[in-house]
Amino acid sequence: MKDSPQIGYSKKVMDHFMNPRNVGVIEDADGIGTVGNPVCGDQMEVSIKVEGDRIVDIRFRTFGCGSAIATASMVTELAKGLTIEEALRITRDDVATELEGLPPRKMHCSNLAADALHRAIEDYRAKQAGGSRGAPD
Amino acid sequence: MVYLDHASAMPVDPRVLAYLRDHGDALCGNPSSLHSVGLAARRELEAARGRVAALINAPVSSSIVFTAGATEANNLAIRGTAERNQKHGKTIAVSAIEHISIINPAKYLVKQGFELATVPVDADGLVSPDVLAGLMTPDTTVVSINYANDEIGTIEPVRELARLVHEEEHRYLHVNATAAGGRIPIDVQSDEIDLLTLSSSDLGGPRGAGALYVAPGVRLQTVMPGGGQERGLRSGTENLPAIAGMGEAARIAGGEMEQESRRQQKIRDALIAGIGGIGETYLTGHPRLRLPNHASFRFGRIEGESILLNMDTLFGIQVATGSACTSQTLEPSHVLLAIGLTHEEAHGSMIMTTGRDTAEEAAPGVIDAVRQTVERLRALSPL
Repeated sequence: MKDSPQIGYSKKVMDHFMNPRNVGVIEDADGIGTVGNPVCGDQMEVSIKVEGDRIVDIRFRTFGCGSAIATASMVTELAKGLTIEEALRITRDDVATELEGLPPRKMHCSNLAADALHRAIEDYRAKQAGGSRGAPD
Repeated sequence: MVYLDHASAMPVDPRVLAYLRDHGDALCGNPSSLHSVGLAARRELEAARGRVAALINAPVSSSIVFTAGATEANNLAIRGTAERNQKHGKTIAVSAIEHISIINPAKYLVKQGFELATVPVDADGLVSPDVLAGLMTPDTTVVSINYANDEIGTIEPVRELARLVHEEEHRYLHVNATAAGGRIPIDVQSDEIDLLTLSSSDLGGPRGAGALYVAPGVRLQTVMPGGGQERGLRSGTENLPAIAGMGEAARIAGGEMEQESRRQQKIRDALIAGIGGIGETYLTGHPRLRLPNHASFRFGRIEGESILLNMDTLFGIQVATGSACTSQTLEPSHVLLAIGLTHEEAHGSMIMTTGRDTAEEAAPGVIDAVRQTVERLRALSPL
């Protein structure tokens, strides 16, 4: 990063905000993760379909600001096709970097997409472990 | 492009720019200089003072103190009056929906040992005279209530409130008229207002000038000591080009107010009717007692910053929001919380403010753009 703080959103953030990838919910999802809440102004939900050990489908829905929508869209693009182990290694910073940066004050509040993905994987694992219920939020 | 964020910044009226070009020679001197160049500047300064005084029917033009903007005028009004009158009391009462440039000087005074009473508003944003009467004590010296609110458009019953404030001697009413100035008729004499803030930019003048009306007999002290300009209340060489522009903007606004407000009110009513017809959409602020150029809403299940971005990027329409996501503090607008909205509700707010450059024909397109924006964002929302 340069000396001056980023002003506004990068082109990539705007692209993912305007043309979000993988929007929606997977009907028979193997795992669902929800983070944030409407009180804070951001809520994200990620659902995944797993075959073998690989994420073959992933969808998101977001209530929130531009970066909340863009980060969720980006994380679905990053995680699609990865193994569960690989997907768990995706961090918040990875998402921000792939989006060519986020304005500083957006780094914490609306960069929750990696957390939502990890929740979805936890939910998947909990179901695999024998419980038919999803993991608690 | 349809610019609907005039409460944030107004384009300078082309006639004001023409005035500044035509009077350029007279605007370069220092009004304190005694030579001819200084006297020409002094004449411009006093002409501007007279024009601003006329807009609010001030009894004498010397009751107008020019500042560098509304924030400075608000600081002078709140701090200058409270500090000057502290032998009469040390409590200030400020409405819950005041601008931050009033709330923060009030908080500064609290650190200096003053008491602060926050005057609540109802769900439409109105200050109730009964509530205000119940809150004031003999210790209260300054009461600050906005003439109209820039985020929800609600116009306050200023005249009625002024009567209550004046039931006690040495108690002064400050009115921030930044949003109302030039849009609705203001008469500081019949409204019995002691101190009133105006902003050049909100009248269609250049930024960098504001004014505080100080009624004859009201005592306050400066918050900017120095060379003693502006009757000693605001030192510093006057920003004459901005002030002259403010004067011309006030003259134009006063002359056109009736027809221009009627015209913009039609656009406002079309926006309120059209956008209000979208599902889970609610007007914020008073349905009738509101500024003629102001339409504000909240939408269920979506967030304001993404509304703003979508309107701008997809439709070239600029709006504002009180959502936390656009504020430095990451807190939703204190105005929206004060009218009783939950955090979740406040996040979904959108504010539209029209100006002279807004065409009546723009309304149907704007309504359609809002409808499409809301539909797109709701399709993304898990709520």
